[in-house]
Amino acid sequence: MSAVDVNRAAGTLGGVRVGTATPARLSLWTRIWRDRLMLLFVLPGVVYFILFGYLPLLGNIIAFEDYLPFVGFDSPFVGFDNFRSMISDTAFWQALSNTIVITLMQLIFYFPAPIMLALLMQSVISTKIRRIIQSVVYLPHFISWVIVVSLWQQVLGGSGIFVHTLRDLGLPAINVMTEPGLFKALATSQLIWKETGYATIIFLAALLNIEAALYEAAVMDGAGRWQRLWNITLPGILGVVILLLILRLGLTLTVGFEQILLQRNAVGPAAGEVLDTYVYFKGIVGGQWGVTAAAGLIKGIFGTAIVIAANKLAHRFGQEGVYS
Amino acid sequence: MIEANASGQLFGRPPAPLKSVIDAGAGGGDGRPAWLEHETVLEKSVKTAVFVVVILAVLYPFLSVLATSLASEPDVIQNGGLVIWPEHPTLSAYRTIFQGGVVTRAIEVSIGITVIGTLLSMAVTTAMAYGLSRRIVGGRFFLLMALTTILFTPGIIPNYLAVKQYGLLNSYAALILPILVNAFNLIVLRQFFMNIPSELLDAAKIDGANDWDILLQIVIPLSKAVLAVVALFYAVFYWNDFFRALLYLNDSAMWPLQLVLRLYVVQGAPLPGAGDVAENAPPLESIQMAVVVVAMIPILMVYPFLQRYFTRGVLSGAIKG
Repeated sequence: MSAVDVNRAAGTLGGVRVGTATPARLSLWTRIWRDRLMLLFVLPGVVYFILFGYLPLLGNIIAFEDYLPFVGFDSPFVGFDNFRSMISDTAFWQALSNTIVITLMQLIFYFPAPIMLALLMQSVISTKIRRIIQSVVYLPHFISWVIVVSLWQQVLGGSGIFVHTLRDLGLPAINVMTEPGLFKALATSQLIWKETGYATIIFLAALLNIEAALYEAAVMDGAGRWQRLWNITLPGILGVVILLLILRLGLTLTVGFEQILLQRNAVGPAAGEVLDTYVYFKGIVGGQWGVTAAAGLIKGIFGTAIVIAANKLAHRFGQEGVYS
Repeated sequence: MIEANASGQLFGRPPAPLKSVIDAGAGGGDGRPAWLEHETVLEKSVKTAVFVVVILAVLYPFLSVLATSLASEPDVIQNGGLVIWPEHPTLSAYRTIFQGGVVTRAIEVSIGITVIGTLLSMAVTTAMAYGLSRRIVGGRFFLLMALTTILFTPGIIPNYLAVKQYGLLNSYAALILPILVNAFNLIVLRQFFMNIPSELLDAAKIDGANDWDILLQIVIPLSKAVLAVVALFYAVFYWNDFFRALLYLNDSAMWPLQLVLRLYVVQGAPLPGAGDVAENAPPLESIQMAVVVVAMIPILMVYPFLQRYFTRGVLSGAIKG
């Protein structure tokens, strides 16, 4: 169903190679020699994935060490001490609760947004108008978070049109960008602004895959607009929705690191610290390597566990999920 | 529709009711399916209003930044910083940032990283995708290995320690190597290469071409469009990346544009050389916004090419696999 469906993708590997009529009989070395050039092509990429995808995982060992940068990985082993001091750190709990609140807001407000926009775009019949809308709404995805924050500052900050309008209306001028109470809503809105349009792509593709004959038959049976939406369109895109929901759940504790790092100082850590920024500021900036590695490890394990659990649940409901 | 016709033929009679429904609306040629009821005026106006709001919400910030970057001192002062339309437009803000110094240097760094990074990424990704697009020994394992990294990534600290261990801290290689291959891009290319008929490649083999010749003379020429899109994706990613620079570069003289942008625009640090009391010096806001515009220009330049492929659905087909 998707690129992430590992088993199926591997099962449909390219065509048969010349001279491999009886591949089972060839010994491993013969096959390696036969594929030597192709293996050479694959090699740099494989080295990359080992060096930057897998070996770094070993670095998690310092979560169990009193890591000293000048000693390195041989630093003294301290068992679960780092986890204990993490649990007793109020800043950690603050960051965790901020992260969870932002994640929930994103799930409720951001996740359905591209589905609704895609349905709306699908209903635009003129291809020309649809293309114009698409070219506009896809744009923010390609802009970096630094620029997005600059753009928002320009519009919502002290000299922006928002504050000016408030003032003209005689209302108190609120600088949304520096108001701690509004930060979580701000972060969610920014995500919606940046990613909703681009995220419609996959839903639009799923909508295109629904057979037109189903709609025709439904109309002949007297189904109205909403009945068709509920009985044909939504079931038709359910697989993709669930796939993306599972991937999103895997990111539960990962909320827009760059985005929040850029704005955390403007609102202060009480409102703006999330787990990733906690790890960055306390670990990389503050030098508390062991504790923050522990926090990062917990976060990684939690993300993995939630993906596996959500995928199991999807299977139970007869859905394909991310992998089978 | 095709299926309806096919099944009609199967049973030896035309699917009359369906056909008449389809023909009834065929005159317009606007792609409207015949069975779709026409919208009421209310529905139509609500929909139009939603789209107008969405488009304005997306575009206004860009226009506001552009207007401010072109504004001169009186434009800025007139309305307390808010510039809707610069009445005395000037390029002096751009002149200031291109005079040399921090921003000019950062632009050069960013261009260098983007060009070298994209070339390296394309070389490694294309080769790997081609290798994995045919049945080779260990292919399944290598593919699985690449795909797993989409779901499970090392955290910030382990990544940092690895980069440090490899001796890449404080070098430009740290901005390229850790993000050299993107698994999604790899899949897109592999999927495309798999669709090249294997008869074509087999024929070349029989004529004595090896895999290297096939990649260079058949596969790459046949895949120019998708290669261009993936290259643009890499380029946009390298250009936009600021986190790796923040993490791995201690020396601010090495900073790329995004990091400079963060310091002088998001954090509002005074730009060296700007804000001089010299006459006709551009206002600080204009200089800041000019930096933002300069950082956006490459993206806006390649965007039409990227966007064309999405609206045509070229990539979405590949993404869905």
